Amino acid sequence: MAFAAFATQAAPVEAAPRRRSRMALFLLLPGILYLVLFFLTPLISLLLTSLQAPREFGDIGQYDYAFNWQNYVTVIDDYLPHILRSFGYALAATVFALLFSYPLAYFIGVKARRWPLLQSLMLVLVIAPFFISFLLRTLAWKQILSDESVVITSLKALSLLAPDAHFTGTPVAVIFGLTYNFIPFMTLPLYSALERLDTRYLEAGSDLYAGPFTVFRKVTVPLSMPGIVAGTLLTFIPAAGDYINASRDFLGGPDTQMMGNVIEANFLVLLNYPAAAALSIILMAVILIMVSIYVKRSGTEDLL
Amino acid sequence: MRMPAGAFAERGADLELVGIQKRFPGFTAIENLDLTIPAGSFFALLGPSGCGKTTTLRLVAGLEEPTAGRILIGGADVTGQKPHQRPVNTVFQSYALFPHMSIIENVAFGLRRRRIPDPSGKAHEALRLVELDHLAQRKPQQLSGGQQQRVALARAIVNRPALLLLDEPLGALDLKLRRQMQLELKSIQEEVGLTFLHVTHDQEEAMTMADTVAVMNKGRIEQLGAPEQLYELPKTAFVANFLGQSNLFTGQVAGTTSEAISVDINGQPIIVALPRAHRHTGDVTIGVRPEKVSLHLDKPVTDAARNLVGPGRVIDVSFSGVSTQYLVAVPGVGTMVVFAQNMAFGPVAQEGTEVWLSWNIEHGFGLEDDPADVNAEAPKFPADTDTRSIAAQKRDALISELEEG
Repeated sequence: MAFAAFATQAAPVEAAPRRRSRMALFLLLPGILYLVLFFLTPLISLLLTSLQAPREFGDIGQYDYAFNWQNYVTVIDDYLPHILRSFGYALAATVFALLFSYPLAYFIGVKARRWPLLQSLMLVLVIAPFFISFLLRTLAWKQILSDESVVITSLKALSLLAPDAHFTGTPVAVIFGLTYNFIPFMTLPLYSALERLDTRYLEAGSDLYAGPFTVFRKVTVPLSMPGIVAGTLLTFIPAAGDYINASRDFLGGPDTQMMGNVIEANFLVLLNYPAAAALSIILMAVILIMVSIYVKRSGTEDLL
Repeated sequence: MRMPAGAFAERGADLELVGIQKRFPGFTAIENLDLTIPAGSFFALLGPSGCGKTTTLRLVAGLEEPTAGRILIGGADVTGQKPHQRPVNTVFQSYALFPHMSIIENVAFGLRRRRIPDPSGKAHEALRLVELDHLAQRKPQQLSGGQQQRVALARAIVNRPALLLLDEPLGALDLKLRRQMQLELKSIQEEVGLTFLHVTHDQEEAMTMADTVAVMNKGRIEQLGAPEQLYELPKTAFVANFLGQSNLFTGQVAGTTSEAISVDINGQPIIVALPRAHRHTGDVTIGVRPEKVSLHLDKPVTDAARNLVGPGRVIDVSFSGVSTQYLVAVPGVGTMVVFAQNMAFGPVAQEGTEVWLSWNIEHGFGLEDDPADVNAEAPKFPADTDTRSIAAQKRDALISELEEG
């Protein structure tokens, strides 16, 4: 349902004849099987794990199936700051990515229409970072922004930064990393929406006494809403669950841990599987609720 | 003149274009255009695709900037103003109704921007004028082409602009709807008293609706005047052929009296009344409209008030209900077109019939063009319905689109 928002150019759907066809069911079978095996089963397993209780007199990491709802209360109690931080960082990264990507996508999709070569070149530049691993790029930023790096030392030399300031390990660095890593996911859907923007509507707007800013607010933004919704979802959802940027090995520090880091620690270090599973379920549920409200409120379904 | 916020224009305003020139990279769309459109008139700019008429309209709306020249609306210079500052509204060829807004929001858009009190009440009023108020809550894409066209019109006139621009607004409609909309437009203009500037390539539309028609060709105005005047007394070969059809002949002036000139067409004298001839000496092009020419099956008695040519042979007959079009090859004069009302049943002459043609010397006209130029640029402008001309227009439109884009 949330993905209906991605169908930015849904052709007017004609009511298909609702004929039950065995052939259709047969053709759907591989897909259904795949989903049951690799989505439904793990999900149920995760849900059951989240309700497990520690085995009596058992070792660390030994749990029994139970209906231990208390797990949820405990993790919320223990990790509320991490939960809030996750969504806060993801929200900030989404906003920054949108602010950065919209002008970029507008330039590529609208202003550069006259120069198709420039358009393709700029699109390649947006996608180019994907040619290098996500981990490597994040590590590179850690190098660039470390306390001994040229960037930070020069900023300090120019007194633009306090002599004892750090960049890596701060929330700013984590949000910066998230924003940087998800910019292509924001730019591409925005580009595909803006590339189709009919500039005659903008002319009509200015002909009807709307200044440039009003035309942007009343015509351009609503018409590119499908791209905005798609881009923000593609940024917000993975950013909320991200554990690379906030990790101590990359751009984060002890005070910047997000839900992803806590889940990782609980699964792999503390071997507290129920807590990790409960956190995963909470992350999923919160994202699902937020996204549903967002898609509903942005009203993109009646745009096309 | 700026549109004051919160108030309507009192009435239509004059539009003045002074020495307008518009160059696009690679070609000149408008070459030194001077034009005055008086307040309250219905003015049509008529011409084939690529003649610069749409560019003129966009210049007035502020969507393009002139390379040189000034634009005055109601006496005030608006050349430097942005589109949203001009007291002008446009009905776009594509209608350009905002797809994300309902019909009523579309119509109220301009009113809200200018903070006119009671925007939705006024928008409903405008929709009632075009008889679409019952569809106010729909989205544009749920309406038919004709309905969208009327909404586009309502969205423009609701603002009571000093000047309303219409860019081929009836282009996408079928013939019946077109006639209906033409009437509606005309009555709205009479009702609200705005100045209308209508751009079209349809000569019939221009002639039936406008008080004044300017025929444009290659970025220049060829002739400007009332529709009857343009039709009855065309100044150039382009006008003579773009507005309806004409029989044109080229020859030297053989004699002049105080009332008429006599032109020698390969030995055949043809008389044109002096006030109806723009050139009186040397080589001239003269013409007559096909419906003014009478077809005679027997050689008529010579009449000093009529030109007589023939005998010629009918080479083609096409029956079109009300009238019949004959193509007559007259040796020495060329092929002439004759429209004859079907007073009897069916055509009066068949292919191959020997006929004489005559017309009142008061019905002929002499062009202002130098015949040398006329012959240089293909004197016959093909009729709009001709497949070749449609192909040519399509090509021109594509070229201009490519050049603009």
